[in-house]
Amino acid sequence: MFIEIERSLQALALRAQAGDAQAWRQVLVVLSPRLEVYFRRRMAAEYAADVEDLVQETLLAVHNRRMTYDTTQPFTAWAHALARYKLIDFWRRRRVRRHVPLDDVVDDLWVEAEAEGAVNGDLNRLLGGLSNRQERLLRDVKIEGMSLAEAGARVGMSEGAAKVSLHRAMRALMAKVRADES
Amino acid sequence: MKADPFIESLVEDLRPAPPRQASLRIVLALVGGAAAALALVMLWLRLRSDLDVAVASPNFWIKALYAGALAGAGAICVERLARPVASPRGGLLLGGVALVVLVALSSAQLAGVPPAHRMGLLLGRSWQSCPSNILILSVPTLALTLLTMRSLAPTRLRLAGAAAGLLAGGVAASAYALHCPETAPAFVVTWYSLGVLASMLTGLVVGPWALRWR
Repeated sequence: MFIEIERSLQALALRAQAGDAQAWRQVLVVLSPRLEVYFRRRMAAEYAADVEDLVQETLLAVHNRRMTYDTTQPFTAWAHALARYKLIDFWRRRRVRRHVPLDDVVDDLWVEAEAEGAVNGDLNRLLGGLSNRQERLLRDVKIEGMSLAEAGARVGMSEGAAKVSLHRAMRALMAKVRADES
Repeated sequence: MKADPFIESLVEDLRPAPPRQASLRIVLALVGGAAAALALVMLWLRLRSDLDVAVASPNFWIKALYAGALAGAGAICVERLARPVASPRGGLLLGGVALVVLVALSSAQLAGVPPAHRMGLLLGRSWQSCPSNILILSVPTLALTLLTMRSLAPTRLRLAGAAAGLLAGGVAASAYALHCPETAPAFVVTWYSLGVLASMLTGLVVGPWALRWR
């Protein structure tokens, strides 16, 4: 799946660099929903409103800087690098210090947007049973990838208290999943 | 499928943008910077008076080739680092080979003279002004290269800044060789390299600020 997308995008990008507007439209149309998923997954809920802007900014960068795509490289890796740069730039502007690992998986940009929706639905249902604080903590640590100290500070808990609370939340969640399965 | 107006606005009047266009911009920055460095050498430092004799000596060409190789290494690194994903390995290899060759040449020369003369070869008569002159001559190229890279898509800004510094330092050293009367490879490998290193560090420091694009 991933390989197929890569092949077709690379061919389309090559045609677009030669001036084929139809090919370039296809590239951007494929890219747009994937960028949305990419950013939504990496941004805390409070920045959800900025996802749309980031997608547009990234599409604009992809468009304006398309001559920097070297056709001997994978197109997906190139687009991913631009998206990652935009994300880091966004956090820097908001003064959020967050580490984005360099080996951040490229495939992430290419997960199917539809599948993501279904998973989110399940997740929301499961998390619904938790207290607000616990849910926030769990999302921040397990999904957004914050440290316990960071996530604790956001809900007004010490690192130790956050650890205990998170542990309880995980246990409750497990119990719920098991109940769902049986 | 419904059309996204934003995407439609981008694709209308699409102009060709081949990768070589990015390389061309970098070459233009290099040429502009080299012209400025050359003008500075001619108007401010003056060409060395024995240039017509010097061009017949191998030492002049060792110096010119070393400086040129550093500029070439910098140009390759800049071209690579102005694009996301691409690796500057080829440029680093070229720069490394040039450095190793010159270290070998100067070691051979130093080993061949009596110990009392070695310091003289190493310091020449202009060691105090050489690195700072190279740094000054590198400024126009550094500024032009950073400006050009910003219009492309560097994602590792520190590294990209250092690459711009290497290119600028190499160009400056090449221009400076037309003024500098020194001949010993040991002098060149020490003081020229120091000047280029200073230019690289300048690029490294200003890179994250100068190369940040939106």
